[in-house]
Amino acid sequence: MKVHGRAHSIVAACFIAVLLQSPREAGAAANDAVSGDWPTSAHDPQGTRYSPLDQVGTRNVGSLKLAFSFTTGVDRGHEAAPLVIGDTMYLVTPFPNHVYALDLTKPSAPVKWKFDPKPDIGAQGVACCDVVNRGVGYADGRIFVNTLDTQTIALDAASGRELWRVKLGDISRGETITMAPLVVKGKVLVGNSGGELGVRGWLTALDAATGRIAWRAWSTGPDKDVLIGASFKPFYAQDRGTDLGMSTWPGTAWKIGGGNVWGFLSYDPELDLVFYGTGNPGPWNPEQRPGANKWTSGIFARRPDTGEAVWYYQWSPHDLHDYDGVNENVLVDLAIGGQTRRVILHPDRNGYLYVVDRTNGQVLSADPFVPVTTSTRVDLQTGALVYNPAKDPRGGETVRNVCPASPGGKDWQPAAWSPRTRLLYIPHQNLCQDAETYQVSYIAGTPYVGVDMKISPGAGGHRGEFTAWDPVARKKAWALKESFPVWSGALATAGDVVFYGTMEGWFKAVDAKTGALLWQFKTGSGIIGQPISYLGPDGKQYIAVLSGVGGWAGAIVSTGLDARDPLAGGGFVNAMKDLPLQTAKGGTLHVFALP
Amino acid sequence: MAWAAAIAVTADATAAPRQLRVCAEPDSMPLSNARGAGFENRMAELIAGELGAELAYAWQPQRRGFVRKTIGADLCDVWIGVPVGFDRLLTTRPYYRSGYVVVTRADAEEPLRSFADPRLAALRIGVQLVGNDLAATPPGLALARAGAVDGVVGYPVYGDGPTAERMSADLAADRLDAAILWGPQAGWFARRDAAGLAVTTLRAPDGFDLPFDFAIAVGVRQSMPALRDEIDSALQRRAREVRALLDAYGIPQLELGAEARAPAPAGESR
Repeated sequence: MKVHGRAHSIVAACFIAVLLQSPREAGAAANDAVSGDWPTSAHDPQGTRYSPLDQVGTRNVGSLKLAFSFTTGVDRGHEAAPLVIGDTMYLVTPFPNHVYALDLTKPSAPVKWKFDPKPDIGAQGVACCDVVNRGVGYADGRIFVNTLDTQTIALDAASGRELWRVKLGDISRGETITMAPLVVKGKVLVGNSGGELGVRGWLTALDAATGRIAWRAWSTGPDKDVLIGASFKPFYAQDRGTDLGMSTWPGTAWKIGGGNVWGFLSYDPELDLVFYGTGNPGPWNPEQRPGANKWTSGIFARRPDTGEAVWYYQWSPHDLHDYDGVNENVLVDLAIGGQTRRVILHPDRNGYLYVVDRTNGQVLSADPFVPVTTSTRVDLQTGALVYNPAKDPRGGETVRNVCPASPGGKDWQPAAWSPRTRLLYIPHQNLCQDAETYQVSYIAGTPYVGVDMKISPGAGGHRGEFTAWDPVARKKAWALKESFPVWSGALATAGDVVFYGTMEGWFKAVDAKTGALLWQFKTGSGIIGQPISYLGPDGKQYIAVLSGVGGWAGAIVSTGLDARDPLAGGGFVNAMKDLPLQTAKGGTLHVFALP
Repeated sequence: MAWAAAIAVTADATAAPRQLRVCAEPDSMPLSNARGAGFENRMAELIAGELGAELAYAWQPQRRGFVRKTIGADLCDVWIGVPVGFDRLLTTRPYYRSGYVVVTRADAEEPLRSFADPRLAALRIGVQLVGNDLAATPPGLALARAGAVDGVVGYPVYGDGPTAERMSADLAADRLDAAILWGPQAGWFARRDAAGLAVTTLRAPDGFDLPFDFAIAVGVRQSMPALRDEIDSALQRRAREVRALLDAYGIPQLELGAEARAPAPAGESR
């Protein structure tokens, strides 16, 4: 109890400190004694994934050694970030969403407690792209876990005892939850998945103390459902008007319109705004849903207390390519045109790296970070993405060299920001696709024609890259090619070492300034998790990551898709046929430290 | 490979009664339900009888990835209904071909028959939505091409009960003017409805580039061509009963083409 009590006070102090800290100060906090935790998926509410710890640096990272490991006993894709609060690490597995607390005070970090939420096994059958979970949330001595079958559960962090659980959706309609919750001002923010299946997207705020729903903001429908009111001041004209969440759809299509909220959220405590992206419109073929399909494939800024929308911007209006808009929004302050601007850095699936003024939603710049053929530019006057009609999908026609492919220039895997190098480290894909002839398919007794997406490597023949992007100079500082899509998150540290994992299972440390490879370690299964760094109870810096290949890109290994079927896994298998020769499935936590 | 599969079946038969392992939807009338009341259930019984096998069901929703999650997970070896050309399974010769129909209230004026009907854009029309990336059902796409989008209501196949049941209920309650359905799903609910629903065959638009009818066959695990051949022979021997069964369930049928007469290549394993 004594140990737990101490941990909690540190935790509380740390979390408040993080909340109050603006990104400007993130670097300055490097030597703060209480900043050794990793209390939320992205380390801080601004979403930097930057650790202020600097014991591990470019000169000594080469001698990094495995300190301990832990097998989760689950074989599916492990995308979660472990959290570290005080002397305990918390992690959640893919379905069946087991939660573990590991005691970091003891050698090899034994299990302090394990929680099994016993989710409905039917949920596995409806998840679109492997049965992943992207991490737990934490606040005030409580762990919050989302389960695939649409529950949010609060646990006592000290004991693992269940405090409350609420069911937020309906798996029989294809609704699931895979995202990591963010806790802001006593509210647990949770969003749903399932847009392809006609699930209408929402973000829901739960009272952290009771689980009671405080508000729910839908991504489509009338303004009262979207929580659009007097405070809503979008920057661009096309986002102003009444009930655009209905009128930009044909008929009642908005009722099943998607716009799901399955990515990461970020929060600016000074502006008191929560930022998050909305998913693709669904489940119609684009020809059947003319219109901008608001508020899908865009970004909302909302007040956490009430949920009311403050601004919105649409990355991909009338999303033609299943690009979604859910990628992370990293909050940083940049010197642009002689002024300090409070911005969002957002690498979108559509291939552009956006710099957006987070006070009002104005796009300051948007530059392609991968080869893009589906659009020609983002018009900074109107904010509009200018599509290339030659690459629009059309029933019965073959469209080749569609870049980026549907998984995008970058998918869910989150980037990291270093306030020291002022570079954004982006793990991403280099994939294009051909939308070819139709294939006959069958669901629920209904024959239909599927779009024959064949995803293949983009220019250069490699499928992944790890790019350091300078958002002020609006260009790449350096980029590393990887054979497979880089489907792991990135971690930046004050030691000027950046970490990421590959789908073959290499966990890599590179020089933050140059990209030079400094160290690597081969794990037993491919890495699609989010690396973190924390200060152990022994005062040493640790680096941790879950391996366990899977996700949309790795489903060929984790769910045994047939490599001979080029259309399996939404066409992704075609690009990943050789992955099963490189790695096998199975979840393991790896934790590294200097000797 | 063909011999290995055949021997496995025979070896099972000596140890225990031979089993025909069929996966089926627990709630997809009139095709199948967990009480065995659908026509695919009756087909399974007929085939098992011909093979002298005991019928063993694994009940699984036929959702995205259903072959991988059922036959791939070794729950069964056979799905009774899949379209010819569905390349995840070996298929027998087709036992029926059907197309799309319009269901309307029997008391409604002249029903829709074509996508050139000038009333199309003004009507509330229900269609099925499969929800698989950018995929479409052919009639849904045909409606969009004909300019009918505002009144079109999508019914995701994921949800409570068969889409045909939900659409029939909405027709009866005057929440829809017409429902466009895959033929085999339409007749059953139209007939059950006390208010009376009419079923009309729908023609594809001129020059439409997607298939508007599909031939349906029995799908068998790819490594079991001998079982596929056995089932194919059984269907040929019992063709008359198969036809009567389809008629009894009100399945709107089109002429089977040349594919129904061509003998199935023995031992083909794609």
